[in-house]
Amino acid sequence: MAFLTDRKRAVGWGAAKSGTEHAWSMKKSSVALLFLIPLFVFTFGAVLGDSFEEVQAYYARPFPAIIAALTLLVGFKHFNDGFQVLIEDYVHGLWGKVLILGMTCISYGAAAVGIFAIAKMAL
Amino acid sequence: MVQLTLPKNSTMRTGKTWPKPEGATNVRKFSIYRWSPDDGENPRVDTYFVDMDKCGPMVLDALIKIKNEIDPTLTFRRSCREGICGSCAMNIDGINTLACIYGLDEITGDVKIYPLPHMPVVRDLIPDLTHFYAQHASIMPWLETKTNRPAKEWKQSIEDRKKLDGLYECVMCASCSTSCPSYWWNGDRYLGPAALLHAYRWIIDSRDEATGERLDELEDPFKLYRCHTIMNCTKTCPKGLNPAKAIAEIKKMMVERHV
Repeated sequence: MAFLTDRKRAVGWGAAKSGTEHAWSMKKSSVALLFLIPLFVFTFGAVLGDSFEEVQAYYARPFPAIIAALTLLVGFKHFNDGFQVLIEDYVHGLWGKVLILGMTCISYGAAAVGIFAIAKMAL
Repeated sequence: MVQLTLPKNSTMRTGKTWPKPEGATNVRKFSIYRWSPDDGENPRVDTYFVDMDKCGPMVLDALIKIKNEIDPTLTFRRSCREGICGSCAMNIDGINTLACIYGLDEITGDVKIYPLPHMPVVRDLIPDLTHFYAQHASIMPWLETKTNRPAKEWKQSIEDRKKLDGLYECVMCASCSTSCPSYWWNGDRYLGPAALLHAYRWIIDSRDEATGERLDELEDPFKLYRCHTIMNCTKTCPKGLNPAKAIAEIKKMMVERHV
């Protein structure tokens, strides 16, 4: 048992002087996704069910390839930021930090794999 | 890790059922949370029957009647009985509100009364608000000035005074903070809607000269940014205030400082 005053408990270690950047970043990525997701659905849907060669030829064009790459990049950034908030909400202590680390690796790893695949098709 | 189930010593049991008042024709059933720190027992829900023909219209009237005429051990806070002091905040029929201004006619069926959720209980319907009050104190709820005190008073225009409407009326009953899931899970670090509404009240006060310092003290992933705009606070506020909007305004000011 620690003999801390109520005020000391409430103030803790003070403000981290961060958080705004994270919140603003999520706002920016959500606005970007508002435009990117319909464009991705529209472009991806156009070749749904086509042969491999036809899809490869389609994604060799700059517009669908850039839209797909941007959607993956911004989408996984948004996913990573959102999941970090989720973990901070529900998991505390060392486990929270481990999960945030893992989620960051998964998010950026998945984005990198996706962009590599698109680049391979496009180039 | 968030605790999603009650610990064994907090699970509720069925308590005592008190007899119905003799000769009464208009009887209402009240299920009320009871817990005492003295007997080592688990919390229980006692059942009372109140003659509504001899009872006032508000939930607090019924509670006072139960305490006076049926069970004097029932414990709850109350003072002004007109929604000004904020003492009688409790969970009534699933809603955090003030017992003194919540009408019994607003409730259909039996009346279920519990203490404010997710707070340590002192006894029966009394939550421990120590941390809640300390969080309020931490936002410096007073006018901070650096300029020499004027000869008469700190002047404020009518327009600037109007900005405080919808904020100064908060009576610190804790209904909003204890309805907020973010406050349930992270109440040790997240300031909660009530403290943040008060923080905003001083941030936008035209006479206050510590706006930057106040924003600095709030810029934290937990103190401020645990608010996910769930809006329970606004929905439950017995005074009809909008803490969620006040928090959103603080967030907007934070971005304004950065971008």
